[in-house]
Amino acid sequence: MTDQGAFHTGLLNPAAPVPEGLTDGHDQPAGRRYGVYRNNVTVSLRDALADGFPSLVSLIGRENFDHVARAYLRQSPPTSPLMMQYGAGLPGFVASLEQLRHLPYLADVARIDVAMRHSYHAADSTGIDPGALQALDEDRLLATTFTFAPSMILLRSQYPIGSIWHYSLRGGDKPTGTAQDVLILRAEYDPEPFILGPGAGDVMDALQNGTAFGDALALGGDDFDLAALLNLLLSQNAITELSR
Amino acid sequence: MPDATSAFPQLPALPGVGYKAQHFTDILNDPDPVGWLEVHAENYMGDGGRPIAQLRVLSERFAISVHGVGLSIGGETRLDPDHLARLKHLCDWLDPASFSEHLAWSTHDSHFLNDLLPLPYTKDTLSRVADHIDEVQSLLGRRMLLENPSSYLAFAESTFSETDFLAEIVRRTGCGLLLDVNNVFVSATNLDYSPQGYIDAYPLDAVGEIHLGGHDEDEDDHGAPLLIDSHGREVVDPVWALLDYTLARSGPKPLLVEWDTDVPEWPVLAAEARRAASALTRVLS
Repeated sequence: MTDQGAFHTGLLNPAAPVPEGLTDGHDQPAGRRYGVYRNNVTVSLRDALADGFPSLVSLIGRENFDHVARAYLRQSPPTSPLMMQYGAGLPGFVASLEQLRHLPYLADVARIDVAMRHSYHAADSTGIDPGALQALDEDRLLATTFTFAPSMILLRSQYPIGSIWHYSLRGGDKPTGTAQDVLILRAEYDPEPFILGPGAGDVMDALQNGTAFGDALALGGDDFDLAALLNLLLSQNAITELSR
Repeated sequence: MPDATSAFPQLPALPGVGYKAQHFTDILNDPDPVGWLEVHAENYMGDGGRPIAQLRVLSERFAISVHGVGLSIGGETRLDPDHLARLKHLCDWLDPASFSEHLAWSTHDSHFLNDLLPLPYTKDTLSRVADHIDEVQSLLGRRMLLENPSSYLAFAESTFSETDFLAEIVRRTGCGLLLDVNNVFVSATNLDYSPQGYIDAYPLDAVGEIHLGGHDEDEDDHGAPLLIDSHGREVVDPVWALLDYTLARSGPKPLLVEWDTDVPEWPVLAAEARRAASALTRVLS
């Protein structure tokens, strides 16, 4: 008897022997025919990861990526048939790899890839009319809390991850600088990572956690540009509800 | 169990294609597009975004077939309740013309392997598959179609032929069948039997849809041909001939061209669909 446990074990472990009880349709052992399934599983998962991590593929090259992906998929095969969700643990895996220690920003850039995919499939929502914000008097505005689109994702890093992500996929000047906060926004169907200005990451972090507008603003610091942040949020339909 | 007298899923007996997002605009702009479209269920199980928006638009103009690749109907363990709920949600809002899945398994020990893995054909596996199909049909409130696999090996313990196994599944569950003639050709070549003999033994009355696709060629340890179901190129002539052989016996059926890897520009896929249309024309003349 060939149970699915035995069939399954060998698929993710290339050193495992071909399970017993498999033939070529006559009486010969299946041999490399079993390898077709092993190869299909590995290649399909590897390619799904490559599709999901375009900036990581660009930064380390497809060949290196495939090595990383193979190790990851053997350690962490998908636990759901929704391949759109597969690979959420890859950034953490990348961070744990000794061979990639010299590129310490990679994991955080890979988190942008994960977040872009998550945003792409997030629930649809409608942004508020910008006039609704302008209509509030100052006291009410400061006491207001915001609800954001499910497709909005804030990523904070000690590395210039937004610049590196742009450079990896769209070219331009080699990234310099230090910490960056990136806000992924999806005005309609195409998510886009925006690099936030000084202080805006702290403000957004607080707003996302339900802090009232006035209290969140106080976290922005001297260089925080409120108008720029509000323009970005409103133009990208990121605020879906105001409440107090 | 759905009503045993309920009709087969209402796909038109015309050519369709497997829908790829890169063809969205081309399909809508084509003055003479295909008769219907098939989508992979799992790609439309997100919460929102462009995939679902596109599917809503397409469903207003085309009959849609939902083709699952992740239910693991041939699995040893119970069907994933979360996945069943997602499938029901999709079928409820989309109300597709057809739902189909594979005689295969893909999940074991909570690992999803993203491939269609084979099972032996025995009394035990027959009961299990039939129970799973009953569960799906009850939940969805519709008949489903079950697709024959591409096989690269066989199980020494099998006691049914694939065609007898499928016929018995149909008898027990009332489900219909999705006959993939490329899979028949691939399996028959790999396991060294006659593809026409397979069609002769196959319960053609239960067929609600026929699949066509391309395959790759390899060899086994002994130099025997080993065909790989890759869906990455044109359908080969012997598979078109097997389609003609099948249609001559089954009469017109909804035909689907699958092309899932190295997906070509729309005109190439549309040309394959036209070739399928001419096969349908031949059987009607």
